[in-house]
Amino acid sequence: MTAPAIELKGISKAFGPVQANKDISISVQPGTIHGIIGENGAGKSTLMSILYGFYKADAGEIFIKGQKTLIPDSQAAISAGIGMVFQHFKLVENFTVLENIILGAEDGRLLRPSLAKARKELKHLAEEYELNVDPDALIENLSVGHQQRVEILKALYRQADILILDEPTGVLTPAEADQLFRILDRLREEGKTIILITHKLREIMEITDTVSVMRRGQMTATVKTSDTSPQELAELMVGRKVLLRVDKKPATPGEVVLEVENLRVIDDKGVERVKGIDLTVRAGEIVGIAGVAGNGQSELLEVLGGFAEGTGTIRMNGTEIPLSGLGADGQARREAGICHVPEDRQREGLIMDYTAWENTVFGYHRNPEYQSGILMDNAAIQTEAEAKMERFDVRPPDPKLAAKNFSGGNQQKIVLAREIERNPDLLLVGQPTRGVDIGAIEFIHQQIVNLRDQGKAILLVSVELDEILSLSDRIAVMFDGHIMGERSPDQTDEKELGLMMAGITQEPEGDLAKVVDQQFALQEQEREGEANG
Amino acid sequence: MDFLTIIQILDSTIRLATPLLLACLAGLYSERAGIFDIGLEGKMLFAAFFSAAIAYSTGSVWLGLLAGIASSLVLSVVHGLASITFRGNQLISGVAINFLAAGMTVLVAQDWFKQGGRTPSLPDEARFGPITFPFADALENVPILGPIYSELLSGHSLLVYVAFACVPLTWWVLFRTRFGLRLRAVGENPAAVDTAGVSVVGLRYAAVMICGVLCGIAGAYLATALQAGFVKDMTAGRGFIALAALIFAKWRPWYALSATLLFGFLQAIALRYQNIELGNFVIPVQFMDILPYILTVVILAGFVGRAIPPRAGGEPYVKER
Amino acid sequence: MDKMPQWADVVLIPLISLILAAILSALVILAIGENPIDAFNLMVQGALMRSAGWGYTLYYATNFMFTGLAVAVAFHARMFNIGGEGQAMLGGLGVALACLYIPWPHWSLAIIGATVGAALFGAAWAYIPAILQARRGSHIVITTIMFNFIAAGVLNYLLVNMLRPVGAMDPATAKFPEATHLPTFRDMFSTADNIMFRGAPANVTFFIAIAACVLVWYLIWRTRLGYEIRAFGHSESAAKYAGISPVRITVIAMLISGALAGLMSINTTMGESERLILNSTEGAGFIGIAVALMGRSHPFGVFLAAILFGFLYQGGAELALWTNIPRELIVVIQALVILFTGALDNMVRMPLEKLFLALRRRDA
Repeated sequence: MTAPAIELKGISKAFGPVQANKDISISVQPGTIHGIIGENGAGKSTLMSILYGFYKADAGEIFIKGQKTLIPDSQAAISAGIGMVFQHFKLVENFTVLENIILGAEDGRLLRPSLAKARKELKHLAEEYELNVDPDALIENLSVGHQQRVEILKALYRQADILILDEPTGVLTPAEADQLFRILDRLREEGKTIILITHKLREIMEITDTVSVMRRGQMTATVKTSDTSPQELAELMVGRKVLLRVDKKPATPGEVVLEVENLRVIDDKGVERVKGIDLTVRAGEIVGIAGVAGNGQSELLEVLGGFAEGTGTIRMNGTEIPLSGLGADGQARREAGICHVPEDRQREGLIMDYTAWENTVFGYHRNPEYQSGILMDNAAIQTEAEAKMERFDVRPPDPKLAAKNFSGGNQQKIVLAREIERNPDLLLVGQPTRGVDIGAIEFIHQQIVNLRDQGKAILLVSVELDEILSLSDRIAVMFDGHIMGERSPDQTDEKELGLMMAGITQEPEGDLAKVVDQQFALQEQEREGEANG
Repeated sequence: MDFLTIIQILDSTIRLATPLLLACLAGLYSERAGIFDIGLEGKMLFAAFFSAAIAYSTGSVWLGLLAGIASSLVLSVVHGLASITFRGNQLISGVAINFLAAGMTVLVAQDWFKQGGRTPSLPDEARFGPITFPFADALENVPILGPIYSELLSGHSLLVYVAFACVPLTWWVLFRTRFGLRLRAVGENPAAVDTAGVSVVGLRYAAVMICGVLCGIAGAYLATALQAGFVKDMTAGRGFIALAALIFAKWRPWYALSATLLFGFLQAIALRYQNIELGNFVIPVQFMDILPYILTVVILAGFVGRAIPPRAGGEPYVKER
Repeated sequence: MDKMPQWADVVLIPLISLILAAILSALVILAIGENPIDAFNLMVQGALMRSAGWGYTLYYATNFMFTGLAVAVAFHARMFNIGGEGQAMLGGLGVALACLYIPWPHWSLAIIGATVGAALFGAAWAYIPAILQARRGSHIVITTIMFNFIAAGVLNYLLVNMLRPVGAMDPATAKFPEATHLPTFRDMFSTADNIMFRGAPANVTFFIAIAACVLVWYLIWRTRLGYEIRAFGHSESAAKYAGISPVRITVIAMLISGALAGLMSINTTMGESERLILNSTEGAGFIGIAVALMGRSHPFGVFLAAILFGFLYQGGAELALWTNIPRELIVVIQALVILFTGALDNMVRMPLEKLFLALRRRDA
């Protein structure tokens, strides 16, 4: 048996009091794809950053091809034959592909010979691995999928034979993800060793040979992929029986509260993110929007919440509300009865440096009940905040503490307390339990259901299919800016929703890859259309 | 306006553009690497004083030049420490450096020379003298080309030719060498450079040091070539005009040449004419003085040819988790 | 958790920075062959031990309170307004126009007119950089620097070509009418047999500066607008979510900042020179940066830092008078304060944070 391509022995790393990695050992055989799966914050990325020389491990050893290797910086990792494709690409946007590829791996002090050599090498690599990219294109003009190819090419150009990919499909459309997997397959055939970090079970099952599961900084298991099942992996990941079921009565939908017609959103870069969707939400029901991150859900929430502009028609309780210009801001939306628990509480929902009490009126700070004359009535706000924090069991119950000093779950409770207690006609909720501890999840879900039972309309966006299935009374699936269809939660399952999230509405007749390919070709055409137009 | 006047104004343009050009290129290296530098003025002033002081004391203009460069580099180190090592606010650091130079030069000048914050006038041998091109005298009387050759091109100090040579050199370094590629990359996306195994800190310090050297030459030029000695506040906002020129030039070397020549020309005109009369309309001299700043604001506003600075400019680099 | 207690951030760090700046300044004084302790004594004597000294100290402090507040308000909206100098110059123009062209019956009315004029002109000069930043993304630091130079040119032109009285040589306006003369501290505090603040320029504007400190405190910490300015300064994305318009806040914060800078010129132009001269600001706009940094952008901190700098300015003038140390020493001290409290903040902060972390661990 050959020496493992990579072997980690007893790696530990702590950030202050947080033990990010604890005594981790793995061994990966050459020419295989090894998956590392775990929830957000399980310590996967830290482990890989140690392997790539970004962090120094507190304890443990690294062996590359049987040789004990010290990796103090990225340079050492590169010379040990390790290449890394980060979740957020490390590319210089206004450089060409070629310039990005040679950066840091130039031969000699002058550029011309390096560029010439790289051009030749790139052609060779493109043929060998089907990694076609125009070497003279600027990065900023490439699609995300192509940018990722450049990252892979960068690694290969540096003669990497161990390739680490950190959540590579997070930003890809399903079709692009499929393309990526084909490339990875090809790389494996050529004898490269690949480590794939992900939190998506489907990807692990689809492509890896072996898989390690991480939970709270520890490696809980390493198994052959063919010997395991998604259910088993999920259990190992979460550490208990999954499937959260929320106690709730059947919904009794009433009047239509929100009507969306032909909504389109174009982002700062001029890309159309929401491509004409129609949607209604009634009083007393929770409508869940499922989808892979980046398919337009965030933009949908932003427009409804009033901090992005769009075109189309939105009616709230039958009255049209403006989507751009004056009267299209968060303030106006709140007046129209729309409250919003945003997807990113740290960047949007809270001012992290403000105290809890200041945050409990954020967005409502202009309401008359908080004013006394020309000043704000801080005493009243503080009293109210204290009561709110008690009702929502925020810990520690200290309104004078800055928001940044609360845990994720308690921060979310502050946001929820603020928005739910406004008693809105429509509550927008984005990723309500992202980065929230298990104990708080149930509480948060219960609060959302309670609001529904009071006859309010709720629009929920989540990338967690479990959450969507257990909370929603009606499910709409978004893909590539479109709504692929609506389902009732008791008439569908994860499998069907998963296909819809991949852009496939009915069971495909032929082979799956072909359908995905068609989808891909369609997108390419669209992209070219955009580029030309 | 006769031909000779035009030649004289252009000649003066070249002299006045030289310190701007050097400072502008200095800023170009620094800002291309992602380090904003509003302390160009201070570095030039520091160098102007120390070059004049040392040139006067030793009688050697070359030692003066070295002292100017060294003193400017000291301030570069301060800026590097503040903005690279300690990841402080680059703008505030630049402001501090400007004041430090404004105060220290006068303080030390008073202590050393006791002439109210200035150096004594430099004798000719402690200055950079004019370099006369071959046959300049002989060709003087050839029509048109003669004056251009012997008056306009010939007869400047060495540092003028150095400054102009720095333009193609900078272009070549930035766009044809490995160092230049990395330098530009670190100003656009330092994370890309870091993950490629190249030191962000090292590159940025290198850029800040090059900036120091060029500011040093600019300062030495002011005190030992353009004028004979140091006087209080002698940079007179040139560092800021250079900054304006850099934006005007969109951080590109050849554009920097045009921008500084244009601003030098405006200075030359303002120096020669008090008010410019165009028929009934009089352009006051103050307008010529502020024109570079107005042009820069217009460019910054993006109404004509928007200037996009290096994307990582002004941001200290912190490794992400 | 916070890395260290709040008092350390508010008091300890500025104090250590100040001590570092003081040590370096002492070294500079030593290097030019003077005794730092003697120099310090002389400064205290000249600036604090006589009422006339205080009269100068508080006169300078008045300027620095205005410009310090100007920088501080902009800092709260995460903007660096380096254009206080230009805004103050234009504020001076506002004061001059108000004093020269409106026949005021009494100084108490004139000062209201001058305040309005100074604030309007200062704010107007800040408006263009603000709107360019808000709408076109033009970097406000660069535009305000440019606007300082443009202000100097505009003022120069106006004084030389338009406002200069016929026959006068120096570029300055005519003397303001007698009715606009502001009561000085001498007028206010002297008794018949005890003349106080003899010859010192401190005047009633000092109280306007204190009022400005109080008002800014209310503005920042007690009003809706202040709440929104700080929210925007902490997080633009969150401000957008809450329906706070970035354009509106950028412009309003800069208008307030420019108005405050402009108000400084009541003190210099109306209170002291009683006519508008070319360089009435004397760099006070830039000292506001040091004052705001040192005072941690808090009005009370600004108040204290302004008095400290007032002391430095008056003490420095005394030094220049009696010793071989030129006034530029203060510019050096000012530079060191900006360097340590602003740019090298982390150099002081990082070891302190480690210290507090270690202390806490030992307690736990």
